Amino acid sequence: MNDMIQTKSLTFHYPVEEGEPAPDVLRGVDLTIEQGSFVVILGHNGSGKSTLAKHMNAALVPTGGQVLVDGYDTAEEENTLEVRRRVGMVFQNPDNQIVANVVEEDVAFGPENLGVPTEEIARRVRQSLQAVGMEDFALHAPHLLSGGQKQRVAIAGVIAMEPMCIVLDESTAMLDPSGRREVLETVQRLNREKGITVILITHHMSEAAYAHRVIVMDSGRVAMDGPPAEILTQVDRLRQLGLTAPPTVLLLSALQKDGWDVSLDALTVEDCADQICRALGA
Amino acid sequence: MLKDITLGQYFPGNSVAHRLDPRTKLLMVVAYIVALFSAVWVVSYGLMILVLAGCIAVSRVPVKSLVRGLKPVLIILVFTGVINLFWTPGESLWHWWVFNLTREGIQRAIFMVLRITMLIMGTFLMTYTTSPIRLTDGLESLLGPLKKLHLPIHELSMMMSIALRFIPTLIEETDKIMSAQKARGADFESGSVLQRARAMIPLLVPLFISAFRRADELAVAMECRCYHGGKGRTKLHVLRYQGIDYAALFLSLVVVAAVFALRRFGL
Ligand SMILES: Nc1ncnc2c1ncn2[C@@H]1O[C@H](COP(=O)(O)OP(=O)(O)OP(=O)(O)O)[C@@H](O)[C@H]1O
Ligand SMILES: [Mg+2]
Repeated sequence: MNDMIQTKSLTFHYPVEEGEPAPDVLRGVDLTIEQGSFVVILGHNGSGKSTLAKHMNAALVPTGGQVLVDGYDTAEEENTLEVRRRVGMVFQNPDNQIVANVVEEDVAFGPENLGVPTEEIARRVRQSLQAVGMEDFALHAPHLLSGGQKQRVAIAGVIAMEPMCIVLDESTAMLDPSGRREVLETVQRLNREKGITVILITHHMSEAAYAHRVIVMDSGRVAMDGPPAEILTQVDRLRQLGLTAPPTVLLLSALQKDGWDVSLDALTVEDCADQICRALGA
Repeated sequence: MLKDITLGQYFPGNSVAHRLDPRTKLLMVVAYIVALFSAVWVVSYGLMILVLAGCIAVSRVPVKSLVRGLKPVLIILVFTGVINLFWTPGESLWHWWVFNLTREGIQRAIFMVLRITMLIMGTFLMTYTTSPIRLTDGLESLLGPLKKLHLPIHELSMMMSIALRFIPTLIEETDKIMSAQKARGADFESGSVLQRARAMIPLLVPLFISAFRRADELAVAMECRCYHGGKGRTKLHVLRYQGIDYAALFLSLVVVAAVFALRRFGL
């Protein structure tokens, strides 16, 4: 597999007034994200997740080190458009990323900016709306949609640019459980069926269970990195980093401490139930 | 109260009026306004009322929502009516203190109020049947030649469409902040004008702060979607004049000509 995004000892500090200290928000991040993977990034508030995400499509450029997107160095200004065409971003608040008054016109915004021919835009709009299951709402006003629907429109707007990678920065944070499920299922499908690389930043541990790889950030560094079964079961380490393991893992860990013979790597409720049944049956 | 602000609202639909090219509708509104201000007497006003009624019928926009659009300008309407009614020189019918009701005054008051009402209903009819993006596309295209003079037409039209896009969002937000302040005992409805204006401050400050935050986020989101100005941009909907556009423009010209002709004869 090719490398979609590569960061090489990436450091970054936000611009400050002259004379003031400039604390590094990112302090040497080395990551290689493979094309087609589904990566979840976790970390407590202020650990630098959003800052890292913004480096992935040249919304921010490194103050030290390098970020390569599909081989393009994001620090070069003439690469900006190529980088953004490859990596789409979905943000937390859908209201602040929808540009147009009609769903289809909003989805068309990206391709329009890229200078895609009209008929091709129409095709992409149709397909993207289908991909997120919003084709019936093409002519609706976005502000009348539910949160989950708005966020799916925002995702459609990104996939209409036919990116290789989608970064979602807490895009499910403002949604209720059903809205969250809508969005998650949508990106999982895109990842599976279209091979789009997905980078999902979240505070919901349960969302991490679906990833190929989980990265935990802590004060500007990568603290943990590995498959979910490996990361999410380290209850104590996660707690040190300001995170709580998923409820299923916590339950099994408590049972284990009480002497039950269960293993921790049950990330879904079904797996957890299986483990407990097996332990009871034994 | 805030729900009454209908400016920039759009009722999606598929009537002839919806399908017309936005440029056609803009030009028609200009023609309509010219005709309205050239109308001098009952016959031409009658013609204009017929025209407006026809347009409303064709657009299938509920009359109720057009009337609701008049609410914010009710004061202006009443004011215009009263001033014209009592302070138009002419044959006096009734006199009391500074009020002087004249025959000419009645005429003028009726015509003026009618004119403003129809002006507003006509323009609202356009915004009700045209999606704001198409409207600004139309404006951009009509004003396109001015780009040669280095006027930032694309930027202006983009600003306008975004402003229109955010009206409902900001109204919703204002409602939310108002409820939040009311829950803490703020009182927006009673007291003197000054007190009420004062009560608005805790409303406006958070509204402005949030609007700036939104603007900031939107700018980032737009850049992330490769927005880099009007250069090399294509469109999902390319504006193209159709048969009905030519027909509609022709009809508008006929109406303007008819009103001019009627004016000649003082009708
Ligand atoms: N625009 C900015 N200017 C200056 N400092 C900033 C800016 N944005 C973020 N920071 C700082 O950078 C650090 C990391 O912020 P970042 O937003 O990347 O964290 P995060 O992991 O996304 O947190 P959260 O979970 O709250 O979204 C924080 O200490 C924050 O104060
Ligand atoms: Mg963040």
